Amino acid sequence: MSQRPLAATGAHVHSSPAAEPPLLSVRKLRIEFPGRRGTLVAIDDVSFDVARGEILGMVGESGAGKSLTGAAIIGLLEPPGRIAGGEILLHGEPIHSLPPAAMREIRGRRIAMIFQDPLTSLNPLFTIGQQLTETILAHLDIGLQAARRRALDLLTEVGIPAPEQRIDHYPHQFSGGMRQRVVIALALCAAPELIIADEPTTALDVSVQAQIIALLRRLCREHRTAVILVTHDMGVIAETADRVAVMYAGRLAEIGPVREVVQHPRHPYTRGLMGSIPVLGADVHRLVQIDGAMPRLNAIPTGCAFHPRCKDAFERCRLERPDLMAAGPTRAACWLYPPSPNPEPTP
Amino acid sequence: MIAFILRRLLQSTLVMLAVALVSFGLFRYIGDPIHNMVGQEATLAEREALRERLGLNDAVPVQFARFVGNALRGEFGISYRMQRPVADVIAERLPATLELALISGTAALVLGIALGVYTALRREGWLSHLIMSASLIGVSLPTFLIGILLIYVFAVELKMLPAFGRGEVVQLGGWSTGLLTASGVKSLILPSITLGLYQLTLIMRLVRAEMLEVLRTDYIKFARARGLSDRAVHFRHALKNTLLPVITIAGLQIGSIIAFAIITETVFQWPGVGLLFITAIQFVDIPVMAAYLVLIALIFVVINLIVDLLYFAVDPRLRAQRPGRGH
Repeated sequence: MSQRPLAATGAHVHSSPAAEPPLLSVRKLRIEFPGRRGTLVAIDDVSFDVARGEILGMVGESGAGKSLTGAAIIGLLEPPGRIAGGEILLHGEPIHSLPPAAMREIRGRRIAMIFQDPLTSLNPLFTIGQQLTETILAHLDIGLQAARRRALDLLTEVGIPAPEQRIDHYPHQFSGGMRQRVVIALALCAAPELIIADEPTTALDVSVQAQIIALLRRLCREHRTAVILVTHDMGVIAETADRVAVMYAGRLAEIGPVREVVQHPRHPYTRGLMGSIPVLGADVHRLVQIDGAMPRLNAIPTGCAFHPRCKDAFERCRLERPDLMAAGPTRAACWLYPPSPNPEPTP
Repeated sequence: MIAFILRRLLQSTLVMLAVALVSFGLFRYIGDPIHNMVGQEATLAEREALRERLGLNDAVPVQFARFVGNALRGEFGISYRMQRPVADVIAERLPATLELALISGTAALVLGIALGVYTALRREGWLSHLIMSASLIGVSLPTFLIGILLIYVFAVELKMLPAFGRGEVVQLGGWSTGLLTASGVKSLILPSITLGLYQLTLIMRLVRAEMLEVLRTDYIKFARARGLSDRAVHFRHALKNTLLPVITIAGLQIGSIIAFAIITETVFQWPGVGLLFITAIQFVDIPVMAAYLVLIALIFVVINLIVDLLYFAVDPRLRAQRPGRGH
C-alpha cells in the first residue's frame, strides 16, 4: 500500500523534520517498579513508532515487557509500576503525564485495548448491549437510540449473526470466539486510531484464532486503525503485522519489516527465536534452542542483556550496552552491527 | 426458574419439618407435660384423664402430625408460666424485636456497604486505615460488653439516652411501635448500635475484600480501557459484582440479628422475643421454647429463600434460559 511511507523506516528515524509526526511515538520509555528490595527496571530505554493504519507486532518471551509497554501507552500501569523516564507521544503530543481525566478522554476514544481472555473481559452482569452503549455514550455525544443503532452496526461489522437478538444477551451466552468479537466491537466503539491488542487470540481455539486475526486485520485496513499486536505467536505476527518489534528483558532487541525480521533475523536472539519455530515439511532433526533463560529483572547482566546466552558474544557485549543500530533493512541492538564511521545522529 | 423455586420450597419444608420434630421432642419428652400443667393435688385419675384428653396416649407419629397441624395454625399451646396462649405472647413481643432488628440491620447494611466501598477505593488513605482499625473493635468485642459500655457512657455518665426498656409505645392495630415517640426512638439507639455493630464491621470487611478482588478482574481493567468514568467503573461495574456474595452473608446476618438478639435484649431489658425466650428457659416454659425454635427456623428459611431469589434477579448466569452458544 502506498499510503504507508513510515512502515519500512526504523524506529529512531524521523524521516524529515517537516513530516507529520507519527501516530504514536514511544521515546526512551523506562518503567520502574519501586519495591522494598530496590527498584526493578521492567522496561528500559524502549523507543519505537507506529504509523497510521500500521500493524506493529510485538513479540518476546513472557516477562519481556510486551504487555507492560501496552499498558503504559494506554495509561493503565498497575501501581506501583510507573513511567520513570522517556515519553509517549500521540500525534506529537505527550500523553504519558496527562491528568487522569484527560487520559480518560484518550482511552477508548483514540487508543483502545483488547485483552487476552475474552471470557473475563466482559462484565458478566450486564448485557453486551448495555456494555456497548455505555462505551459509545461515554465517548460520542449521541442519544441512547443512536447509540443502540451504532452498537448493532458494530456487532454486524464484527460478524455476530442476528445482532438484534444477540445484543440483549449476556456474555455467558456467547462462545469464546464470539466474545472476542464482542470485545473487538467494544474497542471499536469510538473509532479509535490505535488498538493495543494484548494477546487477543491466546485464549482461543486455533481455528477461531485465525478468524479473529483475519477480522482484526480487515477492520484495521477498512478503518485505517493502527494496531500494536502483542503476542508470542510468531505465526500470527508473520501473517498479520507490517513491522515487528522483538523484546528481550525489557529492551528492544530488534525492530523492522516483518518479512526481514522473520526470514533474515539480524539479532542473535531473534535468530534463536525464529529457529525455535517448527516448520511443516522441513527436514530438521533438532530445533534451535537458546540455552539458559531470560534474566530476572533484578539480575539483568551488564552490557547487552542477552550476552550470557549469546553464541556470538564478545568483549564489548559484556561491557557496553548496544543501542538499536541499522542492520540492513532492520535495526538491531547488537554489537555485530556497529555503527558505520559516519553514523546517522542517534536521538 | 419455577422448578428452582419449587425445589427450594420443598427443601424449606423439609427443614421446617426437621425443626418441628426437635421442637416436638422438646415439648413431649423433656419432663412430663401433664406434670407441668396440673397442680400438686391432682389425683392420678385426673392426670390420666387429662393425658387422654390431650391425646398424649396416642401413637407418637399421630401426636407429631397433630403438633405440626397445630403449628401451621399458629397454636403452640399454653405458656406454663403465663397461662396464656404462646402465640399471643409471642405476637405481643415480636414487634419489639423486629423493630430493633430492622433498624440495626438496615444501618449495618447501609453503613457496612458504604464504608466497605470507601475503604476499598481509598485503600491507602488515613481515614481508611482508621476505619479498618476501628472495625477490629467491632469484630472482637463481645456484644454484652459493648452494650454495657454504651449504657455506662451514654446513660449513666452523660444521661443522654435511656439505659433500658422501649420507652413509650404506640399501638397500631396489633403492632406496638416505638418509632413514633421521642422516648421510643431514643430507647432504640443504644440497643441498635449494640446489636448491629458486629454485623456492620463484618459486612464492611466483606465488602472491602470483595471489592478489592473485583477491582483486580479483567473486566474492570477492560472497563477502564474503554474510557469509562471512575464512577461508572466503581459504582456500576465493580459494586454490582461485589454485592453478589455479600447478599448471602448479609441475609444470614439479618437472620441472626433477629434470632440472637437475646443478649442485647437481656442487657437492655428490651421486651422482645429474645428476652421472652431467656425467661422461658429459666422457668422451663417448654411451649414457649418450642414455638421460639420454630419461629426462628422459619425466619431463617424465609430469608434464605429471599436470598436465592435475589441471586436469581441479580446474576444472569443463573437464569440460563437455553444458552445461545456456538460460533
